[in-house]
Amino acid sequence: MRAVLSIARKELQDGLRNRWLLAISLLFVVLATGIAWFGAAAAGQVGFSSISSTIASLASLATIIVPLIALLLAYDAVVGEDEGGTLLLLLSYPLGRVDLLLGKFVGQGLILALATLIGFGGAALAMAVLIPGLDLPALFSAFGRFILSAILLGWVFIAMAYVLSCRAREKSSAAGMALGLWFFFVLLFDLALLALLVLSKGQLNPQWLPWLLLLNPADIFRQLNLQGLDGASQLVGVMALGQDLPGSAAMLWSAMLGWMLLCLLLARRSILRRPV
Amino acid sequence: MKAVELAQVRQCYGDFIALDNVSLSVQAGEVLGLFGHNGAGKTTSMKLILGLLQPSQGQVRVFGDSPRTVQVRQQIGYLPENVAFYPQLTGFETLRHFARLKSAPLSQVETLLDQVGLQHASHKRVKTYSKGMRQRLGLAQALLGKPQLLLLDEPTVGLDPIATGELYALIQRLREAGTAVILCSHVLSGVEAFIDRAAIMAGGQLRALGSLPALRAEVGLPSLIRVSGMPQAHEWHRQLLLDGYQARLLGEQNLEITAHNGAKQQLLKLLLEQGLPQDVEVRQASMEELYRHYMQAQSRIDKGA
Repeated sequence: MRAVLSIARKELQDGLRNRWLLAISLLFVVLATGIAWFGAAAAGQVGFSSISSTIASLASLATIIVPLIALLLAYDAVVGEDEGGTLLLLLSYPLGRVDLLLGKFVGQGLILALATLIGFGGAALAMAVLIPGLDLPALFSAFGRFILSAILLGWVFIAMAYVLSCRAREKSSAAGMALGLWFFFVLLFDLALLALLVLSKGQLNPQWLPWLLLLNPADIFRQLNLQGLDGASQLVGVMALGQDLPGSAAMLWSAMLGWMLLCLLLARRSILRRPV
Repeated sequence: MKAVELAQVRQCYGDFIALDNVSLSVQAGEVLGLFGHNGAGKTTSMKLILGLLQPSQGQVRVFGDSPRTVQVRQQIGYLPENVAFYPQLTGFETLRHFARLKSAPLSQVETLLDQVGLQHASHKRVKTYSKGMRQRLGLAQALLGKPQLLLLDEPTVGLDPIATGELYALIQRLREAGTAVILCSHVLSGVEAFIDRAAIMAGGQLRALGSLPALRAEVGLPSLIRVSGMPQAHEWHRQLLLDGYQARLLGEQNLEITAHNGAKQQLLKLLLEQGLPQDVEVRQASMEELYRHYMQAQSRIDKGA
């Protein structure tokens, strides 16, 4: 356990040293406040409109940006150590391969969680202070759910990046695969799902179509944040399928955790098989 | 007590046999030199002892246990070939990180940095270190936690002659304190004085294993005897040639004679009693010559095959 914490500590220190934590926090706070005040600018409105529209816009943006940041943060976790020549030395210590992975996950997961909390939490606080008459319990409940789900989304993609990092022979190929993964889950998956819906011409059993959303953690994240907002108008495109998902938000949270565990298990298997 | 024991170890990577039927052991307080060309199986042997590889056949034991256990790992110090560190960390931070990983007292960090002569640069980032400084830092990390088994892969690379001498002196002190040391090196000159036994590997097999006197006796390489300031050197030269020795006259009063072990003592006795030279120098077959001999023998076997 001590070795896991030592690895985590170093990752966290690296995150502070190379300004990752600061940069991500700043990015999130700027995006969140920008969307809160200028999100409706395209419709000719300037200023805060509502909590639900802010969360809806933020969720769409976070779906794109959080996985990308998580993948960038973690793609070289193992292959980078190997390429830098430190993996052999690390593994000669009283430290199991799984301990190494777990330590990296704790450290990098903490960086992402802190940045999300500082960035989006700071924006929520700014809104609470600067916008008079805001329904504060509703604001903190919506942002609380948003921040927690964004952290989980980030952790899922960090764990996914570890699978690539353990399998790749070179850092550059891990980077390429990470971009491919991001492209698939963030951009391609929904398009493929829409294409499936259109091409099937109603032949597919409509009962299990909504379950397909659970195959993509980015869609689960959006569902978690869009469900329960005022009006179903926020649920556009494939997200509308989510309205038919039986069960509660607890199922979506469980699915997200399930994704994280699955990816961590895959990463564990990959690092145990990696030749040193 | 056996620090390391490899028993009939075979290690395969797919169809490639990296190690074939290798058996060797290292005692506590013993220094074993492990020599061989690239691809001979040295690094694979190191990885097996470190528990990074599971042998395809045979058994590897370190202090009587599997090298994969945490207790055993804590007793091993390892300096890999071309050791690398995190460039953004300072030497001090690097050692603290590794000390935590090994559950070694953090107070050792300053002491070890001082011991390897890096105290002045301990707060500089590793990316500013020269190769020799990185090697010293590597040695310091290998010594964290006072290991009972030290594996040094090419430890003298990048070190200047003084630092190399200091390294050998350190190995000597560790040996006296009961640490078992396995030293892999391409640099053979000068190691004779610091190793108890040598293992020569080629093509994944152990070609020779033993103390230097035992290997010299096995190989039968001749010794070189240089006598200087000897009266009647010309006559001695002629007589030695007649007796079947290889001898060279060097100047008026100096001779160089090649003698095999059996004849060496008799010849020395004769020279000292009757020749009365001012000085006699006897040079036995060096590690380098022994290594070359075994490698040439291997090459002949390969060609024959």
